[in-house]
Amino acid sequence: MRRLPPLLKELHKPGRKGLAVPRGGFEVRPAAELLPTDLLRHEPLSLPEVPEVEVVRHFVNLSNLNYGVDTGFYPLGSCTMKYNPKINEEVSAWFSDLHPYLPAKYVQPLLELLYTLQQDLLEVTGMDAITLEPAAGAHGELTAMLMAKAYLKDKGLHHKDIVIVPDSAHGTNPASAAMAGFQVITVQSNEEGLVDIDKLKAVLNDRVAVLMLTNPNTLGKFERDIMEMAKMVHDLGGLLYYDGANLNGILGWVRPGDMGFDFVHLNLHKTFSTPHGGGGPGSGPVAVKKELEPYLPKPVIVKDGETYKLETDRPKSIGKVRSFYGNILVALKALAYIKALGGAGLREAGALAVLNANYMRVKTEEFLPTAYPGLCKHEYVATAEGLKRQFGVRTLDIAKRLLDKGFHAPTVYFPLIVHEALMIEPTETETKENLDAFVEALREIVEEAQTNAELVKSAPHVTPVRRLDDTKATKQLKVRW
Amino acid sequence: MRYAPHSPEEVKEMLRAIGLERLEQLFDDIPTEALLKRHLNVEGGWDEERIRAYFRKAAAAMPDANKAVYFLGGGIYDHYVPALVDKVLSLPEFYTAYTPYQAEVSQGTLVAMFEYQSLICELTGMEVTNASMYDGASAAAEAALMAMRIKGIKRIAVSKAVHPDIFEVLHAYQVGQDFEIVEIPVLNGLTHAGALDELPPVAGLLVQSPNYYGFIENMPAFGSAIHEKGGLFIAAVDPLSLGVLKSPKEYQADIVVGEGQSLGNHMNFGGPHFGFLATKMEFVRDMPGRMIGETNDVDGRVGYVMTLQTREQHIRREKATSNICSNHWLMALASVVYLGLMGGSFKELGESILTRSTYLAEQLAKVGYPLRYRNYFFKEFPVHVPNATEVQSALAEAGYFVGPVIDENTLLVAVTEKRTREEIDGLVGLMEGLR
Ligand SMILES: Cc1ncc(COP(=O)(O)O)c(C=O)c1O
Repeated sequence: MRRLPPLLKELHKPGRKGLAVPRGGFEVRPAAELLPTDLLRHEPLSLPEVPEVEVVRHFVNLSNLNYGVDTGFYPLGSCTMKYNPKINEEVSAWFSDLHPYLPAKYVQPLLELLYTLQQDLLEVTGMDAITLEPAAGAHGELTAMLMAKAYLKDKGLHHKDIVIVPDSAHGTNPASAAMAGFQVITVQSNEEGLVDIDKLKAVLNDRVAVLMLTNPNTLGKFERDIMEMAKMVHDLGGLLYYDGANLNGILGWVRPGDMGFDFVHLNLHKTFSTPHGGGGPGSGPVAVKKELEPYLPKPVIVKDGETYKLETDRPKSIGKVRSFYGNILVALKALAYIKALGGAGLREAGALAVLNANYMRVKTEEFLPTAYPGLCKHEYVATAEGLKRQFGVRTLDIAKRLLDKGFHAPTVYFPLIVHEALMIEPTETETKENLDAFVEALREIVEEAQTNAELVKSAPHVTPVRRLDDTKATKQLKVRW
Repeated sequence: MRYAPHSPEEVKEMLRAIGLERLEQLFDDIPTEALLKRHLNVEGGWDEERIRAYFRKAAAAMPDANKAVYFLGGGIYDHYVPALVDKVLSLPEFYTAYTPYQAEVSQGTLVAMFEYQSLICELTGMEVTNASMYDGASAAAEAALMAMRIKGIKRIAVSKAVHPDIFEVLHAYQVGQDFEIVEIPVLNGLTHAGALDELPPVAGLLVQSPNYYGFIENMPAFGSAIHEKGGLFIAAVDPLSLGVLKSPKEYQADIVVGEGQSLGNHMNFGGPHFGFLATKMEFVRDMPGRMIGETNDVDGRVGYVMTLQTREQHIRREKATSNICSNHWLMALASVVYLGLMGGSFKELGESILTRSTYLAEQLAKVGYPLRYRNYFFKEFPVHVPNATEVQSALAEAGYFVGPVIDENTLLVAVTEKRTREEIDGLVGLMEGLR
């Protein structure tokens, strides 16, 4: 049974054409005239042949099944779903028809914009040097871990092969460290949701290369003992890494560089308002302190007198982590955002993100406990453990019921250390009415759980499709038509 | 502040609800020695018109493809982007959504991702692919790691005729992981098949076709050679060539990767675009990245979800097949729109590129710029040009951008379906004048 629009394949009729190939004054010659037949494709190729207007309707109808920031409140924790300003989309598109191999002399104005962004991000992070090359947050982490490896090798510290991550860390942290060839050790959080200093001490030794921290952490809690942790790691000759995906909670108030971090990645697609595109493209610049600068991926955008250069002659560089120079259009959107806000505006954005989160926390605590109560930064994590125990209603059910009530759900079941976790991040761009409406929806659901649990457990009811069978998707794997 | 909606009264009211008086108190949990005691020194606070003017000035000062004539190649090309592509990518429900974690309100993205996977499989002849990678170079490096995982051999053979950025990425991965790269040399513009004779045991062989010079490699020969030695065959391809050129399935590729820019994406100064990675069903559990599967809901209706997530970082952490989380979906969506529009003309599109590139190569040869090597090519080819850098500069001054320069005697020339006969003849005329 299908309620979704038909697939492109089902709109296909042989012999139809969508758009014409540009003629440009040429008569197209058959491939068989131009190349030997053993180079040619013989296997039939069956692509959809669909008239343009039907393609338009197909995608417009599909988009109507989606929920974005422009649809409504999207409190997806750890994802910073703030408003994506339209001016950013407009101005960045003006740079879409430039080729990466244009000689540098012809792209000076663009390099100047990118350099300006670099300088602004260095000021925001309190760091010394930066690369815009990584394509996403996880890619930034990998870049940074490879740089750490190169640095340690260069210093002859081959025995340093351990990366420590807290148990509250995002999954990409241990995965990135492992991809860079490090052994990963997980350290437990304490009853306040912070890194347990004693447990950290217990695993710290001369083999420790890097401590990867998210601060505020994924519970939205600021790691109060950060300066002490930094000292402990540095005393052992190790490096301190900052997962900057959660920078929104301290933006303009405290800088990773001032907390003692040696390197950091940022998610421009979170803190700096660039859209997520349904899963990318993002951008994950990595900023470093002086001592790590030689290892940055190539090329590095530098200013030499009045000229901007894509510098490739960097003998200690790790190489490249992707082709060309980075997600340039995403970088330009972030620059437009920074220019709209300026230093004072960025600081205010940070404060209001924290205000919104704490306001919601206090409101939802009236009926749903916060896993680690007290002041939070940009987000907090509530737990539905009690509801599950008492009424059999799980976090997943609550998330699905929120969809019925017209909201996107928070992040669920993350961080892994909270049972039945609901990670709520409102961002600063939401009105008080939206926050209040969401709180009321959540309150209603908690009441429903007590009076009519079945209604919640069988949610969603009014979405384009209802709860989907994940097990079937895995067991009877169908990943193409 | 811009983009923040509260009135001063509301801020006060909300602070009161929390039990605070001033915004500063929200940061009381931060040690004072770490706190920033000033505003960030970042210029801004601009209105929209000022932002427009700032970016417009920069954009206007550069010779983009709307002002100049591009014969630039080397992995990114000035291809035709249908008007509808940009419109679909601007639909707010698509571009302001996150990864489809809540499937019931993300069917738009999920259906399009399923279509994307189907189309990539159709083009390459493979059985399974993920919902996109960052770009062609990182997809190639991930494929190499994947092959080494599957075979349990920490050595991979890579043709020296692949895009140089693929090598740079592999070298970066080597900083972290212990594996060996066996470089297969290039002979007369093509991967040197003879060099495979002495190959030590490897997990696989990576060959790009058309290769970095634009030449079409003898892929069937490489496929059989590496299979005879027990390795996997990794093919890097230009998807736009696959309406005309042999599909990777036809030459027994095990893993297929590529840069997707040619399918409906603008050049974007090198990013963002998307990469793809496709393979056989037997290797599905070793694949990196997100994958979409068909299923049904509780009422039996068809729907789509992210599937086989037990390979991924949020579940497996340090044991995941890759660290990739966000991919490059929106750019991959461009390819779905593009193929939806061009499906019926896809072969003709390839032939129209081939027609132009053949014509240009013939004309250049006539005016004294022969092909550097006599091999078959698809949309770009290296020509023999003494003082290539100087020639490139002189052409640029005339508004014709050609390249990249391969070496002082070799200039790469790329032709897409956008180039008209007039522009092509214009380039030939200019180059003739420079002799
Ligand atoms: C804390 C944290 N770290 C890293 C990442 C990874 O970022 P990306 O998805 O851009 O790779 C995310 C986002 O999912 C995150 O929330």
